[in-house]
Amino acid sequence: MSNPTVNTNSLGDSETKAGDPIEKIGGATATYVDQRLGSNRFLGRNLGKVFPDHWSFMLGEIALYSFIVVLLTGTYLTLFYNPSMAEVIYDGSYVPLKGVHMSDAYASTLNISFDVRGGLLIRQMHHWAALIFVAAVAVHMFRVFFTGAFRKPREFNWIVGVALTALALGAGFTGYSLPDDLLSGTGLQIIRGILQSIPLVGTWAAFLVFGGEFPGDDIIPRLYSAHILLIPGLILALITVHLMMVWTQKHTQFPGPGRTNDNVVGYPLLPVYMAKAGGFFFVVFGIIALIGGLVTINPIWIFGPYTPDQVTAGTQPDWYIGWLDGALRLMPNWESVIFGFTFSWNVLIPSVIIPGILFTGLALYPFLEAWATGDKREHNLLDRPRNAPVRTGIGVMAIVFYGILWIGGGNDIVATAFDLSINSLSWTLRIMLIIAPPIAFVITKRICLGLQRRDRDKLLHGYESGRVLRLPHGEFIEVHLPLNEKELAVISGKEDLRVLPAPAKADPDGVKNKMYPVQNLRHKLSVFFLGDNIEKPSQAEIDAGQAHAAHGAELEAPLHEYELLDQDPVGHGGVLHHPGMAKTNQEQIDQRQ
Amino acid sequence: MNDQHGTELEPTELGSTELGSTRPGYSPIAPISHRSRVTDTDPKAARRAERQVATMFMLSMVFVVLFVIAFIAIDKTTVVYIPVLGVVGASNVALGFTFGVSVFLIGAGAIQWAKKLMPDVEVVQQRHDMVSEKADENEAAANYERGKEESGFARYKIIRRTLIGALALFPIPLIVLLRDLWITPAGESPAELLSTTMWKDGMVIIPDIGYEAGKEGTADELGIRPEDIPVGGLVSALPIEIGLLKAAKPNLIERGKASIILVRMDPSEIRSQQGEGWDYNGILAFSKICTHVGCPIALYERRTHHLLCPCHQSTFDLADSGDVVFGPAARRMPQLPIGINDEGLLVAKAPFADPVGPSFWERDLT
Repeated sequence: MSNPTVNTNSLGDSETKAGDPIEKIGGATATYVDQRLGSNRFLGRNLGKVFPDHWSFMLGEIALYSFIVVLLTGTYLTLFYNPSMAEVIYDGSYVPLKGVHMSDAYASTLNISFDVRGGLLIRQMHHWAALIFVAAVAVHMFRVFFTGAFRKPREFNWIVGVALTALALGAGFTGYSLPDDLLSGTGLQIIRGILQSIPLVGTWAAFLVFGGEFPGDDIIPRLYSAHILLIPGLILALITVHLMMVWTQKHTQFPGPGRTNDNVVGYPLLPVYMAKAGGFFFVVFGIIALIGGLVTINPIWIFGPYTPDQVTAGTQPDWYIGWLDGALRLMPNWESVIFGFTFSWNVLIPSVIIPGILFTGLALYPFLEAWATGDKREHNLLDRPRNAPVRTGIGVMAIVFYGILWIGGGNDIVATAFDLSINSLSWTLRIMLIIAPPIAFVITKRICLGLQRRDRDKLLHGYESGRVLRLPHGEFIEVHLPLNEKELAVISGKEDLRVLPAPAKADPDGVKNKMYPVQNLRHKLSVFFLGDNIEKPSQAEIDAGQAHAAHGAELEAPLHEYELLDQDPVGHGGVLHHPGMAKTNQEQIDQRQ
Repeated sequence: MNDQHGTELEPTELGSTELGSTRPGYSPIAPISHRSRVTDTDPKAARRAERQVATMFMLSMVFVVLFVIAFIAIDKTTVVYIPVLGVVGASNVALGFTFGVSVFLIGAGAIQWAKKLMPDVEVVQQRHDMVSEKADENEAAANYERGKEESGFARYKIIRRTLIGALALFPIPLIVLLRDLWITPAGESPAELLSTTMWKDGMVIIPDIGYEAGKEGTADELGIRPEDIPVGGLVSALPIEIGLLKAAKPNLIERGKASIILVRMDPSEIRSQQGEGWDYNGILAFSKICTHVGCPIALYERRTHHLLCPCHQSTFDLADSGDVVFGPAARRMPQLPIGINDEGLLVAKAPFADPVGPSFWERDLT
């Protein structure tokens, strides 16, 4: 047993001299600030704030820290980068491009890469940190989705998170375009095509965005102000709101021993999280610096400056845009002319409508699920994904859909690497895009339900020890043992929601129920969401089941403590007893603990 | 109830904290079984952990010094061979490595400190419902009523309606101001600009290779003759007057519209064209800009006469009017009618009949 006071006492203990000058200054500063802002009230309440521990809660931290690295390195880049499309003749250290006409944006990016010492490091750190930022945002979102952390009271924060995801994509794309190299210019050309596909206003939108015909000389400065001011400003504001909400609502926690919906179990902010989270910031920062130094990303000098009549084969966007590019690739070539007006469905659907539906669906999901399940309670305990099979299924379905689009975004690379026909690969992906997500849904839901059954068995009978016992009358049984404290708490933390009752078409007096269609839809949705769930046994059943498992364990002869016996463990399972030795496995387990 | 269970945790060892709950700044210890760490029980291990943390912090300082040395000492043009990484810039690798390690060690030290030396006993805090106390809610409602009453917002209907109207119109200037993101030249519309290129009857075709190299000269020196293009060959080309557009902006815009590819096939292989006799002895000219979303295309398969877009794999059959045979593009590749002039140079015989590049709303109105 630990002595937790040893380390927490350092502020007042004998090691610290009473008149430590630094502490004196610190105390005086705190008082000075407090007299002006009342800050001690806040500190007093919050320095000991408890945060729960789980590895998956780290994902959001990675997003936050990589964003800070993006801000820091980005600030540095603005000192050297010139967002101008004015034509210059390159005269820097990179010999292959000497004398080539290019935009100042591209030339200054070359300068950062070759003539500013440490410039390439900062540029690559910026790019890597941005990639990690978007990845961490996405995985963090998966965590929040699959554990139901978006449920009441956290729906607003989910919406803020969805907005942040969209902004992260925007930040990434605008930044990707700034070097004005051949790859990024091709990306902008595609954006131009997408803008032009928007009905009614698209052509004008494209001309306004690009300041006239593509490429013009306005787009880079415009992207620049979006990239370094507008988007990061919004992200920073929303991150602040995001964290303030987490702070106010307190972090969710997984079910476990001592954890309830009304408490939070974990470590205090000062000192443990201050050190762990603060330290983790430096770890993320350090790893990004290492990657930035060791792994080349976006070698723009290889691609050359942008001209709209050149392109390289095998062009790939950054990973987070890949799914949109894939959607563009897989879409059939539908276009219709109605009353002389062109509707480019082949561009509009994959690049505007599908992302629009996905992001709207994401933002609305918490409300849809709450409505369908009739769940209006506050949730501070997270769901294990298996305990919400339909939600988990929907999530996996979305990931599969995304994944196929993503593979589609690299269909030329895949076709080349595996020596496949690009046409048949594209057709396969088109078909899979329609049929694979529902299949993934069904499989995921079935796996979840299977795991639920397993959990129920564990609650009712304990866990299978893997040891087979022969009873005196010859029967063979497998010994079941009671669950340990943690597993019992985790499994029995499952919450059962009831299916909403079917509405009546008319009340007993024969008055027609006008709301019947809506209520019936809601009833059917709740059956869809909850109908197949495996009910958790009652507390009495669980207690009886665990007690029975404990009893079952007593049947078995004890394991030998081999070290004590100092003999070959061949006699395992025998009936030898030593004084002081555990008589049953359970006792032995208890002794070990 | 949890607090009572908590007392099962050998309270004597917890000492004066009384589970921490009575001392300000301490939260009650969670009623969970807990296994102590080596550093909790063995003072030697604790001192070892202390030394580890301090070592990491110290090494971090060392690497900062190394970073500064690398910054000064390593020339920015020096390259080194490093296994796995290949030939890389020495300065970048050294700076990234020293900087990364120095920062990483601060984090690793802090985490080691937290994990080994700070308490690892979980504590409990209670949550509070998000919903406000009834008294607060009533006060808010009362304030709202007072505000409504005092402002007369409910009574002065005309004020209310005009205010709503004024606020609704307030963003309009902000939107109108965006209009001149494109200062529209007199008499030009987006649809017309998208529908026209600089190609016209008799304009000499030049290969973009010579142009890229900055070659200047007369039509005779720059132009292409039919015999320059072998059967099965492909040449990326531009109108000769592109050279007159010296400024980058009009030059790039025109190259984004007027660039073409010339392919030559056996005349008997041409199944159809967009216009009668638009080829010259089996030489066909097509726009280079994909009709899907505008990527330039030069991936040509000579046996099938298929032109494949590297961006989204739209495929066009150049032997068959440039029709789409696969992929997301909906429109065929516009063909440019060509012939030769008196000097025997390939020239355009007319402008493009169709707009080049991606579709747009007014495409079929023009």
